[in-house]
Amino acid sequence: MTSVIFEREIAPVLRNPLGLVFTVAQPLVFLLLFGPLLGDVPGTGWQWFVPGILVMTGLFATAGAGWGIQAELQGGSMERILVTPVSRASILAGKTLKESLSLLAQAVLIVLVAMPLGFRLHLLPVLAGLALLAVFGVGLGSLAIALAIVTRKQPETFWGAHQFLLFPLVLLSGVLLPVEGGPGWLATAARLNPLTYLVEAERALFAGDFLDSSVLWGAIGAVLTAAVGLTVGARAMRTAAL
Amino acid sequence: MISARNLTKRFRLRRGEVVEAVRGISFDVHAGELVAFLGPNGAGKSTTLRMLTTLVPPSEGTATVAGHDIRQDPAGARRAIGYIGQGHGAGDYFRVRDELVTQGRLYGQTRKQARTRADELLTVLDLEPLAKRTVSTLSGGQRRRLDIAIGLVHRPPLLFLDEPSTGLDPQNRANLAEVIRRLRSEFATTVFLTTHYLPEADALAERVIVIDHGRVIADDEPARLKEQTAKDSLDDVFLELTGRSLRND
Repeated sequence: MTSVIFEREIAPVLRNPLGLVFTVAQPLVFLLLFGPLLGDVPGTGWQWFVPGILVMTGLFATAGAGWGIQAELQGGSMERILVTPVSRASILAGKTLKESLSLLAQAVLIVLVAMPLGFRLHLLPVLAGLALLAVFGVGLGSLAIALAIVTRKQPETFWGAHQFLLFPLVLLSGVLLPVEGGPGWLATAARLNPLTYLVEAERALFAGDFLDSSVLWGAIGAVLTAAVGLTVGARAMRTAAL
Repeated sequence: MISARNLTKRFRLRRGEVVEAVRGISFDVHAGELVAFLGPNGAGKSTTLRMLTTLVPPSEGTATVAGHDIRQDPAGARRAIGYIGQGHGAGDYFRVRDELVTQGRLYGQTRKQARTRADELLTVLDLEPLAKRTVSTLSGGQRRRLDIAIGLVHRPPLLFLDEPSTGLDPQNRANLAEVIRRLRSEFATTVFLTTHYLPEADALAERVIVIDHGRVIADDEPARLKEQTAKDSLDDVFLELTGRSLRND
């Protein structure tokens, strides 16, 4: 049944793949605007910057997942599906899978744009990095869906909560600027930010380094995010009709 | 086909306030009956329907729909019933035929079965020319017809409709009434519908259940209700039973 939900969700994307290009426009602007500026910052460069942009794309793409489900909750199509025999878990899994795959497509697009700019592609580690991103995307997608369900009676609070949670996470994970050299409190905040581990793992992989210990931590973080996301999402899904 | 016993639903609001939307409703609907479920705004109609369709669990009491207890076996109940809600069943961004095919597959039909069934329903509900349109581009009446088609995909023996005719023009209302009549004559479908168009309930249903303040206040044939209250129309019967004052609840 998960596949039926997934097919339903992916059909509009496949019919209009250009839509993905538009959603990827924002991270591309970051890439093209900030990328060249980072040339002089030591320890950065394209190998450093592209993975950060991909993680950021994942975070912002989830807003779309939440928005989509909110429209379905308000409109009534969610209710219709909740009355069919499909399990709540399958609804969540199907929708989340679509979000994760869309994120993957966007990530590939960003990598392709970055390549002529000087990004060196280490194929196997980058594929591993993308897989990690997809797992992380499953967690993020479910969390966004859960947030949308929790805020369904006041749809506008979804955006507020989403921004409130995302901006500190992004800024304190060192996505845009290296935080290692910053003051002690900043480094501590970054250590406490789960996102930091994923960003570091992606950076190691995009630099072609499979064996860095950060890869293990990033993988644990991504799997944990997915597990927590799916649990919270499934719980929220059961209350969606109330 | 439906057997509701002491169905009760309390909603807890903020600051500990509790609203009792449905207060111990009991009734039976037999196979093949067409029952109109009436009541003023806020009387508890939709909440009752949402309990019977397993969308919300009752606070107290229970019900059996099409042989499945809604508390013990909600999944079994969902397989056996159809539901056309107040909102738009079809999602905005999907294509008309795709939504019908998806619905069939959610009920376990194969891809091929679902496609065949979708095409049948497109014909029956006069939606063929719109098959490839995106749902958001349809007019109100077209959307409603699609919602009805979606609700019929799996040929449910028991169909719930929540205010199906609200917002429809007379042509679409007549079309809807025709579809419902045919469901009964051709497939012996049991139909349980809420409506605010009382002439429609009068013409379609052989039995009306009136609820108010979460309780059943009348349950009989339309003709008998008119007789008992000495009124000519179901509208007047309704006002007589529920009072003429405006409600805020």
